Amino acid sequence: MEFLIASAIGVMTAAGIYLVLRLRTFPVILGISLLTYAVNVFLFTSGRVIPGAPPVLRDNVTTYTDPLPQALVLTAIVISFGMTAVVVMMGLGAFLGSDDDHVDDQPDTPQDKPEGSA
Amino acid sequence: MTHWLIAPIVLPAMLAPFIVLAARYHIGIQRVFSIAGVVILVAISGGLAWATSDGTVMLYQLGDWSAPFGIVLVGDRLSTMMILLTSVLALFVLIYAVSSGWDNRGWHFHALFQFQLMGILGAFLTGDLFNLFVFFEVLLIASYGLMIHAGGTVRLRAGVQYVLFNLIGSTLFLFALGAIYAETGTLNMADLANRVTLISAEETVGIRVAAVLLLLVFAIKAALVPLHFWLPSSYAEAPAPVAALFAIMTKVGAYAIIRVYTLIFPPELAATAGLHDTWLLPAALVSLAIGMVGVLAAKHFDRLVAFSIIGSMGMVMVSIALFTPQGIAAALYYIVHSTLAGAALFLIVDLVRSSRANLELTPQAPVAGATFTASLFFVAAIAMAGLPPLSGFLGKLLVLDASFGSDLMVWIWAVVLGSSLISIVGFARAGSMLFWKAKSVAPPVDAVQAPAPATMSYVAIGGLITLLALHTVFAGQVHQYTSSIAAQLFSPEPYITTVIDTPGKLSEPTEDH
Repeated sequence: MEFLIASAIGVMTAAGIYLVLRLRTFPVILGISLLTYAVNVFLFTSGRVIPGAPPVLRDNVTTYTDPLPQALVLTAIVISFGMTAVVVMMGLGAFLGSDDDHVDDQPDTPQDKPEGSA
Repeated sequence: MTHWLIAPIVLPAMLAPFIVLAARYHIGIQRVFSIAGVVILVAISGGLAWATSDGTVMLYQLGDWSAPFGIVLVGDRLSTMMILLTSVLALFVLIYAVSSGWDNRGWHFHALFQFQLMGILGAFLTGDLFNLFVFFEVLLIASYGLMIHAGGTVRLRAGVQYVLFNLIGSTLFLFALGAIYAETGTLNMADLANRVTLISAEETVGIRVAAVLLLLVFAIKAALVPLHFWLPSSYAEAPAPVAALFAIMTKVGAYAIIRVYTLIFPPELAATAGLHDTWLLPAALVSLAIGMVGVLAAKHFDRLVAFSIIGSMGMVMVSIALFTPQGIAAALYYIVHSTLAGAALFLIVDLVRSSRANLELTPQAPVAGATFTASLFFVAAIAMAGLPPLSGFLGKLLVLDASFGSDLMVWIWAVVLGSSLISIVGFARAGSMLFWKAKSVAPPVDAVQAPAPATMSYVAIGGLITLLALHTVFAGQVHQYTSSIAAQLFSPEPYITTVIDTPGKLSEPTEDH
């Protein structure tokens, strides 16, 4: 169980970082989504993995799982979900406006250059 | 328990939806409420700063749940000074936004502005790391909206970069928080300060990783080289009043570093030893140098100011990275100075932009109202470059003085003084290109002279410059106060005991539990 979760986080993070380092907006946004999935699972496991245990007090139960990471991960999911939507809209607007979806600053086009520098 | 401590968060949080819901189509009402709200904020922050100036630590337990189970807001000298600085800055920025008409060039400027203030003030007041993350997100989400206010393709492109960079930063923040929670089982800062010292010397791997990740996150916010790449284009493309307000956002990163690395991971803590002096100080020196070289190399006026922000953050971080009471005191003095000077410069950029075809540093016909604008630029540039007689000079002196005894003292002196010279040359070149050589260029025959900027715009910038002058005149008192802040930061026991030992709801067990 632990190995499965740990390797899932690792693979998602690695793929996310690779995609984030790409040049164009779409893969970068995908990469950020993967990173946020990875961090959500990571937060979820930060209270230790205890399967099948209740998070709130019950009678006749001795083993509990930590309820706090579940609250934390809920906040993180909401924020990352909303932010991904925002960045998709902004990226789309920028792409439609400039017909170019590079995430970095492009070098000045020739007509912007001062005279004489060709 | 007094409720005043949460007022700086609740007030903008209530005003913003009110402005959106009730005053959406009435820019006049929005302006009145927004400015009135910020004036009240200045009064509240002033009151809080006064109440904590004697060293009291104010505590507000949300829902009356005691720490570490509930979320707490903590007001000490550092927090209240930062919220006072924020609200004063916001007042002048708002006056400028209204007088220049920037707030009417797109939708919901005032609502987003209030949400932005809520996030910044909350980040300064919170005593809980996860809550700090949430307030970071609040201020970032509002800043995404403000950044692309009034639209335009160039601004949207810069905005996409800005949002992507900050999303990665937020993800890193969550990784850091997860690691800290896994290691210690708490995210309350005071509780963390107690528990981190209990980690045995053999098991520090996790907490060291978490401390470095957290430092990375705050360094992104503070635009420390090599994590500064988001700043130049987003600050240059953001609307001027927004860029001026963003001058405080880099300081949120600096504040978080000061808070977390004096309270939770202090320099003498064995588990994270070597983090500050090995990495932070050289990175800060490099940012100072790169920022000021950027000032000289910039081809556009707005980029020039953005690089001067990086340089001044470098100066702040050099002083913080010393992690001595003198260093922190000097850093706090310089934070106030660089916030005011940076904001004034961004507003001056907008005055220049309003009547020029572009912001390239080439001779073009004089801008409208060139006399006033040029004199304001002259004063603000002197302040930012750190020439006497203004506070930038005193701030640099304090930083240099604090660096006595550091291993890298020679480097600090060399970089600080060398970069000052470079920035003076950079600002002098910009000023002579924009205002002096302009007189030799005849305006095009068919040119329509743009109207001079509104008087209130000059009042707003003049107000910031006046504050800089006051910051210089009362430097002794201000430095004394920042020294007392630093003293409070380096003896955190009252902070910790106030947060941990104040009882809340159900702290005493009752019969039915």
